[in-house]
Amino acid sequence: MTEPHRPSPAEQRAMGEDIAAGDAPTATIPSVRVGDTRTLPAVDAAETTELTAAPGAPPRPEPRSLPEVATRISTQPGPDLAGTTTLPRPSPGGPERRRVTTTLRATDYWAMLGAAAAALATAGLLYTQLTPFTGLLGFAVLSYLLFLGVYALLVSLDESGPAVPDRVAAALAATIAYVLLAGLALVIVFTLVRGYEPLLFPNFLTQDMSLAGPLQGLEVGGILHGIAGTLIEIAIALAITVPLGILCAVFLNELPGAFSRFVRTIVEAMTALPSIVAGLFIYATAIMLLGLDLSGFAASLAITVMMLPIVIRAADVVIRLVPGTLREASLALGASQWRTVWHVTLPTARSGLTTAVILGTARGIGETSPVLITAGFTTNLNLNPLEGPMVSLPLLAFRLIASPEPAMIARGFGAAFTLMVLVLVLFVLARIIGGRGPGRLSRRQEHRRVRRSRRDAARMARRAAQRANAYALPSDAPAAEPPR
Amino acid sequence: MAATVTAPLPPEDGGGPGGPDDPGGTVQPPPAEGEDAPRRVKASIGPDDHVFRLLARAGGFTVLAVMSLVGVFLTYQAWQALQVAGWSFFTTSEWNPDSGVFGIAAVLTGTVLIALVAVVIAVPLAVGTALYISEYAPRGLRRTLVSLVDLMAAVPSVVYGIWGLFLLQPELLVVGPQGDGLPRWLATYAGWIPIFRVDGFDPRDPIAAGTALTSSTFIAGIVVAMMVTPIACSVMREVFSQAPAGEREGAYALGATKWGMIRTVVLPFGTGGIIGGTMLGLGRALGETIGVYLIISPVFEIQTHILENGANSVSALIALRYGEASPFAISALMAAGLALFLMTLAVNFVASSIIARSRSGAASDA
Repeated sequence: MTEPHRPSPAEQRAMGEDIAAGDAPTATIPSVRVGDTRTLPAVDAAETTELTAAPGAPPRPEPRSLPEVATRISTQPGPDLAGTTTLPRPSPGGPERRRVTTTLRATDYWAMLGAAAAALATAGLLYTQLTPFTGLLGFAVLSYLLFLGVYALLVSLDESGPAVPDRVAAALAATIAYVLLAGLALVIVFTLVRGYEPLLFPNFLTQDMSLAGPLQGLEVGGILHGIAGTLIEIAIALAITVPLGILCAVFLNELPGAFSRFVRTIVEAMTALPSIVAGLFIYATAIMLLGLDLSGFAASLAITVMMLPIVIRAADVVIRLVPGTLREASLALGASQWRTVWHVTLPTARSGLTTAVILGTARGIGETSPVLITAGFTTNLNLNPLEGPMVSLPLLAFRLIASPEPAMIARGFGAAFTLMVLVLVLFVLARIIGGRGPGRLSRRQEHRRVRRSRRDAARMARRAAQRANAYALPSDAPAAEPPR
Repeated sequence: MAATVTAPLPPEDGGGPGGPDDPGGTVQPPPAEGEDAPRRVKASIGPDDHVFRLLARAGGFTVLAVMSLVGVFLTYQAWQALQVAGWSFFTTSEWNPDSGVFGIAAVLTGTVLIALVAVVIAVPLAVGTALYISEYAPRGLRRTLVSLVDLMAAVPSVVYGIWGLFLLQPELLVVGPQGDGLPRWLATYAGWIPIFRVDGFDPRDPIAAGTALTSSTFIAGIVVAMMVTPIACSVMREVFSQAPAGEREGAYALGATKWGMIRTVVLPFGTGGIIGGTMLGLGRALGETIGVYLIISPVFEIQTHILENGANSVSALIALRYGEASPFAISALMAAGLALFLMTLAVNFVASSIIARSRSGAASDA
């Protein structure tokens, strides 16, 4: 414990007098408290030794050079007060209250509320009485600007200097964030509100559009073909993307060198590929050159070309986050490289990889433009990806809302609703799975791991026992029981 | 790597100290006497690792092949059309490949304008949101906000397009027969600036039809901004949150307010992230198709009045015209696609090199 401030002699004198005059109660501390040097709050080792040395000896010649506590004690005569400690007296107003550490004060709230009220009132006055302004957006913008002005004014009454721009910047940042989120909420709520209507008809999810003419109401026809098409296309795309993408990411991390650097550069460049160009590429190669139909498979290929760089890149980042110590531990135990990858690297990165794949899936599911070019359009349910056109949900939504018929537009919104729900579900799934850092396990995974390592331990013990038996003399004790 | 260290063993050392009943025993090489020769370290990999490495290399090679194929094939196909069009490909506005008159002057201008509008709207939103999430938001709220921004990036573009077409344009921006809203206000009060001028529409004329303000570059740009903001925002947030704690505390210790700290520590530290995130958003905005396609009404002339009805972009052109099945028309579209790809590629490349070179550096995955 360091002493930042050594009292000057005059101050010490004053202290000494203070002790002599006013601090008499120290001598009458009940014996219960006496001698418990551990409760000394601010005395370091040197001072404590001096305290214990103090009782028998006469008062030290230079008590004033000691810090306050020691001074106080060594001036108390009498042998039975050895190691007397002055405890801080309880503060006068009962027990000490916990300090509030929040950075917000009541005046902040009031300034904000007052500014908001003033701004709304002023803008309302301007809009209804004083000026010919109209329009909701203008009202919102004007009242917000007024709010900022009034808020700055109110804060400047309380605070000074740099506090005013500080408050205004905080308010501005919060507003921008919530405006953005309001935009997101608007998009989602709008899609859900406009799109729920066709979903009230049970046929909407169980029929395709083959029976519904252009003027047919919502009671016939649905988007089953779109749902099936989406699932088939994304399944094929995932079947190619996931193994290839993760293999490539493993390659980038496990075999570093000039070649993998080159691959990484190309992959990064390809994330810039506009999705419509991916579709055009498949159209020109698979369809025009190789003579494939406009089909679900072609659409899957287009989605694959688009998704592959995204998944590789995300997986690359996640695998790079696996702690090197884990890998090295595995290698040091003698595991081969692929065993390390298979049993250490990939399981550690599992949640991150899952998140990468799911987010890539969400992107792939929602992508319209490559599908628009390569999948064709049909009103019938088509479960064969290799033959004939196949629609997916985004394509269906895109085509249906371009129709002039209200029922078709409603179906388009229904398709968008379904798509949005699908994406939301995938997203929530990704958050639940990907919430953990690399190597963190869920309870079930932990249990499984514990069970597995118990099994391993038992197996090793059995082997050891067998070996011991094989080398042991036959007259020895019977085979040792494998320890549990 | 399964590296086995083979230390030179003296020949008289037989089975090792362990013996047969201690197979896991370590073999201790006797200390070298006299000279101190460097150990020979030899990595020998087993057959399984050979297979693994072969497989991994094959995976990498496949990806490389697919990706290169896209680029090479795109260039090869585009070459045919580019040879016919020559340099006029970059100066012609019309798009009639079958009569040999085609060029990307109009669509490229449109693409860039839409992307610029999107970026101008997106950047303040992204910076503000990123600052709020990394600096101001309560700790418990932070993760939720990050998730929401990520969700915003995952919303399908067709949903944004539908939102723009059915809600944003008719209900918020160009309301009613006279088209009340922000575009009209801009045309009225900022019409003297060339890009805000609207030809054939007098905003002070009470019976002027609002349809002149629909389907414009501006509205398409707003829709694209919605898609671009979360991408830019997540890059910026990541960089902001890496601003070193020591410097933050230093700023506070010198008496800075929170805003003072942000201005002197976080923003200078995150400059690379802001620029890189913006460029990344720009790259995405250039390639956006469906949201633009749903909003605009395509025109094939250089349209620099962003509020005026009619706009175009390269990707919308491809979506519009791919149905013309003649191989040459496809080749011409390929050329347009190639131009677009090269542009996004350049933008992304600049973005990632800016991010990598900034102080916040390589740790961010942008």
